[in-house]
Amino acid sequence: MNWTWFHKLGSPKWFYEISGRWLPWLAVAAGVLMVVGLVWGLAFAPPERYQGDSYRIIYIHVPAAFLAQACYITMALAGAVSLIWKMKLADVALQQAAPIGAWLCFIALVTGAIWGKPTWGTYWVWDARLTSMLILLFLYFGVIALGQAISNRDSSAKACAVLALVGAVNIPIIQKSVEWWNTLHQPATFKITGKASMSAEMWLPLLISVLGFYCFFVVVLLLRMRLEVLKRESRSSWAKAEVIRQVEARS
Amino acid sequence: MSFDSFQDFLAMGKHGAYVWSAYGISLAVVALNIAMPILAKRRYLQDEARRLRREKKS
Repeated sequence: MNWTWFHKLGSPKWFYEISGRWLPWLAVAAGVLMVVGLVWGLAFAPPERYQGDSYRIIYIHVPAAFLAQACYITMALAGAVSLIWKMKLADVALQQAAPIGAWLCFIALVTGAIWGKPTWGTYWVWDARLTSMLILLFLYFGVIALGQAISNRDSSAKACAVLALVGAVNIPIIQKSVEWWNTLHQPATFKITGKASMSAEMWLPLLISVLGFYCFFVVVLLLRMRLEVLKRESRSSWAKAEVIRQVEARS
Repeated sequence: MSFDSFQDFLAMGKHGAYVWSAYGISLAVVALNIAMPILAKRRYLQDEARRLRREKKS
């Protein structure tokens, strides 16, 4: 097998060029998908039989919770790559993804609490799903704090990668929590196999919203990574040339 | 359209406060996440521009 693409991927210059080309398209996709998904869910999807209109919070709650977990899986994979191949770009991805994941986790918890009040009669219960999501938020805080506390770049990359990998054990716990324990939280809306538990008019906007959040996550991750790469590579000639080009374009 | 009027849309069948606060907070967080890297980049470029000017003088 030819591995040149993999080593190219590790090159900051190559990453900077290719991500710059993709970014505008991804940003447009994120904007369009999120607006379509959320407006459709808010105004056009039919009301739910038991919950009425409060269920419309699902169109942000589920995408945010989904991406909060997808972001952690991304970080664990980046951590594995950074430990095994010592790829610096993987460490950039890991540390720049952590704050986005924390914010997505925050959205999922807050919208869940707001949704819980009219549906369960309480903002918070120490239920398995809710508690494991709170642990996910603390894991994100852990990675962010660890990355900032260690000034040596190689040690901080190693420590964050190990924490990201060890913390990944929480992801299957979050996903199975609604099956393993009796919880207030309803079971998964989306299933890869088997029939969806909602009518198409309801889950189609949800699917679009999830895709929109996915694009949003990638766009913010690329924005953050590009700046970090530019800073870390500030001694290389391509990064110097790029900074000068952008400074001159601004003035 | 699932609602008869704009008032109905805002009321969200008695749950307006919950639905709109959830959406409001989420959109604010989304906007914050987009703004932060853009502002950080602008700050970095301003610092670099200052540094480049200093180096040219000396």
